[in-house]
Amino acid sequence: MSLRTDLGKVRGLGSAKEGVGHWWSQRLTAIALIPLLIWLIASIVPLAGAEVRIVREWISEPVNSVLLLSLIVAVFHHAQLGLQVVIEDYVHTVWLKLASLIVVKFLAFGLSTTSIFAVLKIAFSG
Amino acid sequence: MDLLRIERFIWKSIMDTRERPLSPHLQVYKPQLTSILSIMHRVTGVALAAGTCLLVWWLVVIALGGEYYTIMQNIMGSWYGRLALLGWSFALFYHLCNGIRHLFWDMGVGLELRRAYQSGWLVIGAAILLTLGTWTYAYQSVGAL
Ligand code: HEM
Repeated sequence: MSLRTDLGKVRGLGSAKEGVGHWWSQRLTAIALIPLLIWLIASIVPLAGAEVRIVREWISEPVNSVLLLSLIVAVFHHAQLGLQVVIEDYVHTVWLKLASLIVVKFLAFGLSTTSIFAVLKIAFSG
Repeated sequence: MDLLRIERFIWKSIMDTRERPLSPHLQVYKPQLTSILSIMHRVTGVALAAGTCLLVWWLVVIALGGEYYTIMQNIMGSWYGRLALLGWSFALFYHLCNGIRHLFWDMGVGLELRRAYQSGWLVIGAAILLTLGTWTYAYQSVGAL
């Protein structure tokens, strides 16, 4: 016999009230990051010590701009989801937990939009 | 009489929490490869999140152009800049390899204790090799090797 209510079963959201959404996004972004980060490292290591002109040319290459933008979105989403779990595990004071979550989410949002704008500016100004 | 002694013993052990740390007090556990790698996944994850600011800085500085980029190059080229990059690259490769290990576990693959130890050593080896390989490649690219 199950003690779960019918409504609870239908919603399927479990005790965390959000189902598997968070877990699933963490895995999806992790999978996306495997090729993206290998590509990034393999591409920027040879640019070490290069003039800024060369680096700009590399970023403005359409394939590279698009991959960079995808990487930015995936990294910040993944990092923000991960940091949320860490905060929920260690911070138990309600207001402090909320405040940390807000800071982390705002920072992730602000830093990702900044990076996206930088890539677009470089890409469109040639 | 005997029963009384047993009862006293039980009471003593229940009340005496000061000398018997309760689980999950980490200090009572012997460190094991699997638990160390697990906490390292968390530590590298948080470190990488901080390290991602380097990526933002890099992009902003390139968008600003010229002298700002040279300043960043000088800072990252110094010994402490390189040390930070070395740490960042190892954290990245470790988290990436161990993340793949996590994804296999999520599919139910490699959960037996023996396999978890094997994949753990594999992750450590792969992370070290990838870090060394990356730095060899970097020093070759700038003509220092
Ligand atoms: C710079 C890039 C990355 C950052 C900033 C980052 C950050 C994080 C953070 C903060 C966590 C939470 C740690 C915890 O809950 O203990 C996490 C978890 C995770 N990361 Fe990453 N990560 C990155 C790249 C990757 C990559 C490339 C993979 C590839 C497989 C990956 C796979 C995972 C997985 C599977 C988890 C969940 C682990 C768990 O359930 O305990 N991450 N990451």
